[in-house]
Amino acid sequence: MLEAPNQEIALLVNAVTSLVAASSEGGGFNGPSINEFFPPAIFFAGTLFEMNRIVLIRFLLAAVMILLFWLGTRNMRLIPTKGQSLVEMALDVVRVNIAEDLLGKKDGKRFLPLLTAIFFTVLAFNLPGIVPGLNIAGSSTFGFPLVLAVISYGAFIYAGLKKHPGTFLKSSLFPTGVPWPIYFIVTPIEFFSIFILRPITLALRLLMNMVAGHLLLVLCFSATDFFFFSASLGGADWARFFGLGTFAFGFIFTAFEILVSVLQAYVFTLLTTVYIQLALAEEH
Amino acid sequence: MLHAIFAANTAAETVNPLIPAPYDMIWSGVVFAVILVFFWKKILPNVSALLEARAAAIEGNIEKADVAQREAEVVLAQYTAQLAEARAEAGKIRDIARVDGQKIVVDAKDVAASEASRITATAHAQIEAERQSALVSLRGEVGSLALDLAAGVIGQALSDDAKSKALVDSFIADLESSEKAAK
Repeated sequence: MLEAPNQEIALLVNAVTSLVAASSEGGGFNGPSINEFFPPAIFFAGTLFEMNRIVLIRFLLAAVMILLFWLGTRNMRLIPTKGQSLVEMALDVVRVNIAEDLLGKKDGKRFLPLLTAIFFTVLAFNLPGIVPGLNIAGSSTFGFPLVLAVISYGAFIYAGLKKHPGTFLKSSLFPTGVPWPIYFIVTPIEFFSIFILRPITLALRLLMNMVAGHLLLVLCFSATDFFFFSASLGGADWARFFGLGTFAFGFIFTAFEILVSVLQAYVFTLLTTVYIQLALAEEH
Repeated sequence: MLHAIFAANTAAETVNPLIPAPYDMIWSGVVFAVILVFFWKKILPNVSALLEARAAAIEGNIEKADVAQREAEVVLAQYTAQLAEARAEAGKIRDIARVDGQKIVVDAKDVAASEASRITATAHAQIEAERQSALVSLRGEVGSLALDLAAGVIGQALSDDAKSKALVDSFIADLESSEKAAK
């Protein structure tokens, strides 16, 4: 699980590298590079509070989201207007479909602010990957997925310790109904999967989806640009038709990125909820 | 391996995307904290207050509808009762009117009958009186006529009143008796 996204990105980068190598004699093709995720600093360069394009994009998206929700819930009415219905529908995705379904009414209400914030922040940070002018997801550098994963990690450990003080760690690591020699195998596995793998997979799943999505889009569109407008095809003008294909792929992957954005936000929130649910339900 | 590829690709500098920059985490944390507080303190309380108000409103409306229905049923029952009462009263009034009418007819008949009999009696009395007066006057006239006649017949004046009166009376008595015999 830990290896899969890495391999994926490695393959992608590999493909890009060979493309760049193949076309470097002709010149003019700019393939995507991992440096795009580390743009130059804009403010406070060199300090702990350095700001670059991606950080500013996050600020922008957070502001837009807060503004939208603030406007949508400013004049709440019993009989909702169209805008209010939309906002309520969006909030219900987390409240009804995730929190109340998995945690029940009471615990669902307790963890609802956290889950709602996670869902909409991830969604808002994923979407700029396809917004022209922004063109990179706020969740495509490791800092954000990692911070969220740590928060999610803290949330389920807190839920477990609060509900079953004293027994949570023991019941997580030593599941009942297992003969004691098996604990030599089970306990390390449980420890590894619950306390190490969960946050790492949460963070990597989100990061790699957004990184791969961005690289794919850049690849498709820079290739389109290259085929259509580069003067360095060297007499092989028929190759310009490839641009149509790469553009079509760019189109498809843009739509695909919308799906991935929503899906990753949903998956991240859902998994956090499931972890909290498992911690709360620990009955051993 | 991965590192090597990145290194090869980005000849200028080597960056590992899996090593998070501190500023990246700091700003992510700040932004997320702002968003969390915003949802926690502002949006979700508003929304849950709204949802409660909506549930209360729905329950309240159902209750209101129930009350209204019950009231309507009571009013309907009252109306039906009043209608029945009014019908009964109308029937009663009709009966009374019929009885009254009959009584009026009977009274009128009685009055008419008594009036008729009174008129008849008066007529009878008047006729009797006239007959009596006619009889009296006749008696006088017939007496003098008879006296004249008798004087003529017997050639002698019946100056003696006492005698003549007795004669006339006997005559009339004869007449009456002959009348009665004729009857």
